[in-house]
Amino acid sequence: MAKLKGTGISSVNYPTGMNLGGDPTQALIHMTTTGTFVISLASCDLGQGLKTVLAQIGAETLGVPFENVLIDTGDTDTGPHCMGTFASRTTHRAGNAIIMAAQEARKTMLEIAADELEARPEDMETDGQGFVRVKGSPDRKIHLVNLALAGHFKYGKTVAGRGIFFKPNLGIDPETGKMDPDSTEAHACVMAEVEVDTETGEVKVLKLQSVYEIGRQVNPKLVEGQIKGGSVMGLGHALYESTEPYYPSPEHRPGGFFEYILPLAPDVPEMEIRVLEYPSADGPYGVKGFGEMTANAPIPAIVNAINNALGTEISTHPVTPEIVLQALDAKQSKS
Amino acid sequence: MSDQALNTVGKSELRRDGLSHVTGKTQYVDDIQFPDMLYLKMVRSPLHHARILGIDFSEAEKVPGFVRAFTYKDVPKNLYTILCLIGVGPDEEPVLAEKEVLYKGEQIAAVVAQSEEAAIEAAARVKVDLEELPAVFDVEEALKPGAPILKPWGTNYFVYEGHHCRRVRYGNIEQGFAQADYIVEGCYEPKPIEHAPLETTGCIAKPEANGRITVYTNTQALYFSMDNTALILNVPFNKLHFVGGTVGGGFGGKVDVIVEPIAALAAMHTGHPVKYLYTREEEFHVSSTRVAYRIYFKDGVSKDGHIVARQVTSYADSGAYNRHTPYAVTKHAANISGPYDIPNVHIDAHCVYTNRVPTSAMRGFGVTSASFATELQIDKIARKLGMDPFEIRLINAYRNGDMRPYQKVVGDATLVEVIQAAAGMAHHPLSERFQAMNSWDRANSPARPEPVSAEKRS
Repeated sequence: MAKLKGTGISSVNYPTGMNLGGDPTQALIHMTTTGTFVISLASCDLGQGLKTVLAQIGAETLGVPFENVLIDTGDTDTGPHCMGTFASRTTHRAGNAIIMAAQEARKTMLEIAADELEARPEDMETDGQGFVRVKGSPDRKIHLVNLALAGHFKYGKTVAGRGIFFKPNLGIDPETGKMDPDSTEAHACVMAEVEVDTETGEVKVLKLQSVYEIGRQVNPKLVEGQIKGGSVMGLGHALYESTEPYYPSPEHRPGGFFEYILPLAPDVPEMEIRVLEYPSADGPYGVKGFGEMTANAPIPAIVNAINNALGTEISTHPVTPEIVLQALDAKQSKS
Repeated sequence: MSDQALNTVGKSELRRDGLSHVTGKTQYVDDIQFPDMLYLKMVRSPLHHARILGIDFSEAEKVPGFVRAFTYKDVPKNLYTILCLIGVGPDEEPVLAEKEVLYKGEQIAAVVAQSEEAAIEAAARVKVDLEELPAVFDVEEALKPGAPILKPWGTNYFVYEGHHCRRVRYGNIEQGFAQADYIVEGCYEPKPIEHAPLETTGCIAKPEANGRITVYTNTQALYFSMDNTALILNVPFNKLHFVGGTVGGGFGGKVDVIVEPIAALAAMHTGHPVKYLYTREEEFHVSSTRVAYRIYFKDGVSKDGHIVARQVTSYADSGAYNRHTPYAVTKHAANISGPYDIPNVHIDAHCVYTNRVPTSAMRGFGVTSASFATELQIDKIARKLGMDPFEIRLINAYRNGDMRPYQKVVGDATLVEVIQAAAGMAHHPLSERFQAMNSWDRANSPARPEPVSAEKRS
């Protein structure tokens, strides 16, 4: 009986979106007289920080501070259509729709500023600090609040924009499977180091080292959170979790958190993360969708590490102690 | 666009709802209260497969606080399939079971009462007379002659435009195997998994004075859920108003449109707000799970480590109904060749019905299983050939300009770069040949985009 260590890797792709049925999402932007831009959507934030990154994308295109952009989402009476938050699609889709809407709103914003500053619209620029100014003359500037008030009360102009991301339903050839099912692809290589107790069958993941390439990061801290959270979810899938532990038998279904084992704080391994950024051609500022894949890549890395430690051919997950001990028995009876 | 030009994209702005989440101030569905709200509980099948002979509500009606019960006869368009919105059919899942139940836990009748306790008590007193039928749980058993047939069209598989599976055909598989020095086979079986969100699936449907119904829901897809609900209730889309957008964990588990139609129906009939929120046990026992697969690989490999042919026969366990699984199988079929350049590919991916809780969308949708299988398989090949696991992946890595088996040209590949960086992180030596590779080194590659440099970030 021993504690054996092993290492394993996985290298994976993950497609952004799923377009076989068409995949549109809209965004509307308007500026209120407070100098605030409201982005109206119907996209859902599942806890991943969508409302934050979409405000960042809107603020970037508008050229205004992050604080001047509000996300108003979650209401079908006021928010335009979104297909939904799934398929690692929403930052990409809603982000593109927001850029389109923001460009239209920005155009009017610059026109109003030009009128107020007695200059031409093409000579206007935003400073990202809350002002629109004349290029080359940084003192000739107007604050967003004054601009908003002038637009409404003096010129009778709305500062607003409409945006949509649209990729049509391109269909699929049923004979060959020819299709265009994605927009861009993110990639990852994950390495796992495990220790397996050959007496109890228990597996401890000691270390997960992850390299992700996800196009441009909008918010690196949220990217890190997504990778860490996904790593732990993947660890749970690899080692503990199943609704039908004796699948295909449907018996012994766990009915709660006392029976269905999720990874807990002591199970979280040492993690090292590196993010590469090769901006995609079609993502907003080069974004690639990567939310889902952070739970995919660790699973085969961990199972490969277990097989590396034991010299086994385990080909299922979760790799529970029972599976480990069965694999060791099978190996012994073979030799 | 140069990075210096960016103002807020690329900065770690503080997550706006983070403080509210961690201090317990965010409002979720269960936090919403209305004074005259009713509670909905479901009468469920205790058997995996059975014929419904009768339902008796007489004892349930005696429970103080009982308001009314609903069966399939109350549902205007009882048969549906969620993906009908994107043209997938035919309709095959009942909102409430009609003559048969196909899985343990299937919804048979809804009971609405003035308190949660009364609803639980009344639902428990509903007597359902069932005749048990033979059940099938194994995807390959379900396809054999003599298996109980679960679908009205006479097969236990989803029909893909006339085919019994989603096909991918690329190159010439027989020629590929003939060229190979080795054949490496494998079978991979990821099991079903629960999303386990902290917030269980649920909604409150509230009738408004103007005749509309407001549905407070934790769906991941507001319009998708609303449109399906309107079709099931046979009401104009604008009679419904869905409110949500803040979800206590989704992971693909909240796109199935199970709770909203029946809660909205009950609200329309009773004139009261109706709450239907899964218990933790329901979340585990009756909500959809991740799809379990059985995936057979046969790879032809050359001595130098190139995979020259891949034949995959895959069986996805859809459980009793479609939900999102037929679509997941297409994504699975597209990705089961992995991020590798394989010239001859032959994929048959089946979506199979069994008598278990329906499976559906979950984080990684058809690709989690594909990545699991391809990555274990390539390690198996590496062991057979005595090759380094990093190097065999680099040998096969797809590059920009390559053709995927589903006949799309690769445009955003960076697999080589992540493997090289990972080897560096692990202090795993790579020979010069592998260090020199890059994802833009094919003759027909598009130009390499300028990578964002971490040093430019503040």
